[in-house]
Amino acid sequence: MAAPVAKLALKGVHKRFGDKVVLDGVDIEVAPGKSLVIIGGSGQGKSVTLKIAIGLMRPDSGYVAVDGADTTELSQRARAENNRKFGMLFQGAALFDSLTIWENVAFRLLNADKVARKEAKARAIESLARVGLPASVAELYPIELSGGMQKRAGLARAVAATPDILFFDEPTTGLDPINADVINDLIVEQVKRLGCTAVSITHDMASARKIGDEIAFLYKGKILWRGPAAEIDRTGNPYVDQFVHGRADGPIRPEV
Amino acid sequence: MNPVQAVGRSTLGFLRQAGAVVIFAARGVAGLLGPPFFFSQFLRQLMAIGYLSLPVVGLTAVFTGAALALNIYTGGGRFNAEQIMPQIVALGITRELGPVLAALMLAGRVSAAIAAEIGAMRATEQIDAMETLSTDPFRYLVAPRLLAATLTTPLLTLVADIIGVAGGFLVATQSLQFSGPIYVQNTWNFLTSWDIVSGLIKAAVFGFIVALMGAYHGYTASGGARGVGRATTHAVVSAAILIFASDYVLTSLFSGKS
Ligand SMILES: Nc1ncnc2c1ncn2[C@@H]1O[C@H](COP(=O)(O)OP(=O)(O)OP(=O)(O)O)[C@@H](O)[C@H]1O
Ligand SMILES: [Mg+2]
Repeated sequence: MAAPVAKLALKGVHKRFGDKVVLDGVDIEVAPGKSLVIIGGSGQGKSVTLKIAIGLMRPDSGYVAVDGADTTELSQRARAENNRKFGMLFQGAALFDSLTIWENVAFRLLNADKVARKEAKARAIESLARVGLPASVAELYPIELSGGMQKRAGLARAVAATPDILFFDEPTTGLDPINADVINDLIVEQVKRLGCTAVSITHDMASARKIGDEIAFLYKGKILWRGPAAEIDRTGNPYVDQFVHGRADGPIRPEV
Repeated sequence: MNPVQAVGRSTLGFLRQAGAVVIFAARGVAGLLGPPFFFSQFLRQLMAIGYLSLPVVGLTAVFTGAALALNIYTGGGRFNAEQIMPQIVALGITRELGPVLAALMLAGRVSAAIAAEIGAMRATEQIDAMETLSTDPFRYLVAPRLLAATLTTPLLTLVADIIGVAGGFLVATQSLQFSGPIYVQNTWNFLTSWDIVSGLIKAAVFGFIVALMGAYHGYTASGGARGVGRATTHAVVSAAILIFASDYVLTSLFSGKS
């Protein structure tokens, strides 16, 4: 049977820091055009998984493949080329605080693609409009924006160069419920518009239901459950149930 | 832990750190060798490292030159050699104090600033973000700083040399009854171009060290705000120590020549 090549695949990924095993054989496949949400408790290695997927960290063993090609060991130059397929919204937005908002959004255009400033600015303002930010914020610096607006600007930067795969690291944490929902809507809208594959991590269940086609549950360094987002409430898995309903009692004991 | 183990462990730790610094420096320098070169970043750093350090370096030099003149005058007086004070001051400033003091002020001002800025970028994932935007942080952040510091420190040192000698001149003419024209003439006739050039070569090496220590400690910072603070301290201390150590090495290399 000829299964379609996964857009992104992690196979047998292990990662430890000193004596602490964080990832203990993670397998993830995301089909083209699908949106996968990885949920899991604090410190379970969600951010580490994402960093390995995007090549910011090397796994101790196992591999990462994008479009079927192994990307675990790439030269700096090949990695920069491969990164053109990616867009990422970081947990704290990670805007460059020495640059204006439009220079942030146009960073790849200005610095990697060497697009002229005038055109880059026009495209940045277009990108900002897509996430509901007016052209007047273009000249502001990141610290002049609220957290929610920074997340939007971060999203504008991630989608500015029409990526194939979008990564979201806790897109809604730190936002009020209304702003969180606005970000969720924007994510869904942008993923649909670009027709791209999305991988998100979150511990916000409302967000997971809204932006995920599929949900994977990461626990103790492994993917414990994975299935369609619609089935998250009837997994029959006590660990997933406890997490989804946010109960203190159950098989998961928060580590202290 | 027994003492042999302790010594072994800290030696290994030191060697590992030294190796990491060398690899870091090589990556930074390699970033200068081919395109892309981020010229606007380089200009920004020339301004921040060079131009904005002028007041600090100038003030340090004028007071040091003045104090040096007084000390050498007093000391020289013990064997009736007060009159060669201008020459000794000029030699001391150009060969040693100009480059070393300028570099130390830069270690305080520039290494710290670079470590704090890059460290904060590391802590807030801005460096990760840069990589995902297909831009090599070594080329964008590290290389322009290394080049700017290596080029501007000799220029700052030249300024320090002039101001330092002027400090000596002021003390000599205002409170020690030296004649102005003779002071200038003695200094000028005595100094060789190598006195000045050797100081400037040292300065270039010190400038590289200043930027390298700031960038290295900032780039490898971990652990949030405290980590950034630690990186800043380490950058300043290690830059200062490396400046003194390389000063001795360079001085002994140069000492055969005149
Ligand atoms: N660079 C690193 N060096 C050492 N340990 C690390 C590093 N990065 C992550 N860890 C450790 O790996 C574990 C997983 O971290 P990670 O950031 O992936 O958690 P997470 O699931 O994203 O949690 P959260 O929901 O709180 O963001 C943590 O215990 C953390 O201390
Ligand atoms: Mg995280």
